[in-house]
Amino acid sequence: MDLRLDAVSHAYGGVEVLRDVTLEAPAGRITCLVGPSGCGKSTLLRLLGGLERPDAGRALMLGDPPAGSLNPLTYVFQHFALLPWRTVAGNIRLVLEDHPLSRAERDEIVADVLARTRLTDFAKAWPRQLSGGMRQRVAIARALAARPAVMLMDEPLSALDAQTRELLMDDLVALWGRERFTAVYVTHNLAEAVRLGHRIAVLSRRPGQVREIAEIDTPLEDRRPDDPALVAVQADLWRLLREEAADADRELTGA
Amino acid sequence: MTDATLDAAPAAPASARTGAPAAGAPRPVPFRGGGFQPSGRAWAGPLLFVLLIGIWEWGSASGWITPLTLPRPSAVAAVFGELWASGRLWEHLGPSLGRLAVGSALGLAAGIGVGLMIGLFSLARAGLAPLVAALFPVPKIALLPLFVIWFGIDEASKYALIAFGVFTPTVVATYGGVDNVDRSLIRMGQSFGLSWRSIVLKIVLPGAAPAILSGMRVSLAIAIILLVAAEMLGAEHGVGAFVLTAGSLYDLESLFCGVAILSALGLAVSFLIGRLERRLLDWRG
Ligand SMILES: Nc1ncnc2c1ncn2[C@@H]1O[C@H](COP(=O)(O)OP(=O)(O)O)[C@@H](O)[C@H]1O
Ligand SMILES: [Mg+2]
Repeated sequence: MDLRLDAVSHAYGGVEVLRDVTLEAPAGRITCLVGPSGCGKSTLLRLLGGLERPDAGRALMLGDPPAGSLNPLTYVFQHFALLPWRTVAGNIRLVLEDHPLSRAERDEIVADVLARTRLTDFAKAWPRQLSGGMRQRVAIARALAARPAVMLMDEPLSALDAQTRELLMDDLVALWGRERFTAVYVTHNLAEAVRLGHRIAVLSRRPGQVREIAEIDTPLEDRRPDDPALVAVQADLWRLLREEAADADRELTGA
Repeated sequence: MTDATLDAAPAAPASARTGAPAAGAPRPVPFRGGGFQPSGRAWAGPLLFVLLIGIWEWGSASGWITPLTLPRPSAVAAVFGELWASGRLWEHLGPSLGRLAVGSALGLAAGIGVGLMIGLFSLARAGLAPLVAALFPVPKIALLPLFVIWFGIDEASKYALIAFGVFTPTVVATYGGVDNVDRSLIRMGQSFGLSWRSIVLKIVLPGAAPAILSGMRVSLAIAIILLVAAEMLGAEHGVGAFVLTAGSLYDLESLFCGVAILSALGLAVSFLIGRLERRLLDWRG
């Protein structure tokens, strides 16, 4: 299933956040979205997943979600959004409880996603006992349990330290290699975008508009940090982003 | 700042060098991080309690405190022993506990329900929040005659008084707790397509539980106060009636015995809430 934004504009109380954004997230690929902080990336993701209604334009699903998908559009949040009063397994079970599944089926799904994210040993742990990286792995496991058609990831690694981020990026690459999931991946970190993105859309500062869309053909599993082609793409994007970020930085925050 | 600059400082007063270790000598960094973390020390409460009773008993025995001003603790204990042996303790405590349980349960249920509504629905908030704020400062005891007219002189008016007293603080604690539930968790629930019911039961209520439980500490103390007031104003049995009778006879031993029973009741309630907190909030570690 593809996801598309069609000429979307959005404002909060008179502050224009997104202007005429048209963007497509094709199935089986990771579409990265980069832009300076405050440019409307999170807003765009909320519009894509139906957590908010656009003022103008439409968010569209093209094609049907795969059979058995419990929650076609599934988020992974920057700050994990785990319930502190549920264990790791309980947090994952939460998103299955409203679906007509037998107890055995639920347990099976939970065990399966825990194994896929290598969390099996932590099923009974409380979120507070886990490191940031582990918590985000739980959130990813929870997203997988809902069998999404598209994963909407809002800076999933931004709250983590640099080493953990590297490890989790490797995990995501391996996961994509196995499952070919579809994702819209928001980040303000170009290195992340160049490592994980098949397409990279650069947004301008507020009001966010699409400045450029770059496609990277190197397969995810073959991308090396020192690959000259990737370094060139990153330098190109950085030049674009740099002006926007500098201007955005000098702006007064509206609210 | 380095050692070199310290040593080179020409202005360093000589006195600072003579009394203290030589300037630049290693010395421990002073510790400044203590306090502001109440914890443990469970022995302090009982110890203070025993100490006070001990001084009091000693003062009475030595004649320094006359039995006309304060009864002797051992005499109060003797009255309690008598009450226990004759079974009159349960004659009074039984009805009191029943009233407390029924009244508090009604008040808590209604308070949590209304508090949730105020926390969740804008219309309920706009309508009910000012009403609750207006009811909060009303001394509930003043309304007992009204409740007697509405519900009769029997148990129902006492239940109503206690329930009403528990209701308002519970409402305020509950909707305060709901307001403080992390909105991003609710967003998460919506994004996974959870039903409204699931979001309320699995996200909002557990998130508000710490606030509701600490509100219960306040509201149940109020419940005990109202229980005694109601029993003083019209009851044959009950700890309140017992205290009232003792007071009107100037039987200080019995009066103090009744007061001690009420304190113990307060302690027991507080202990039970502590247990409940540990069970429901074990995720906080
Ligand atoms: N719910 C909201 N109400 C009002 N303003 C908002 C809201 N959400 C975001 N904004 C504003 O919209 C702008 C874009 O926000 P956001 O989408 O979070 O940016 P980004 O994720 O790119 O940093 C910011 O200026 C922010 O203050
Ligand atoms: Mg954001």
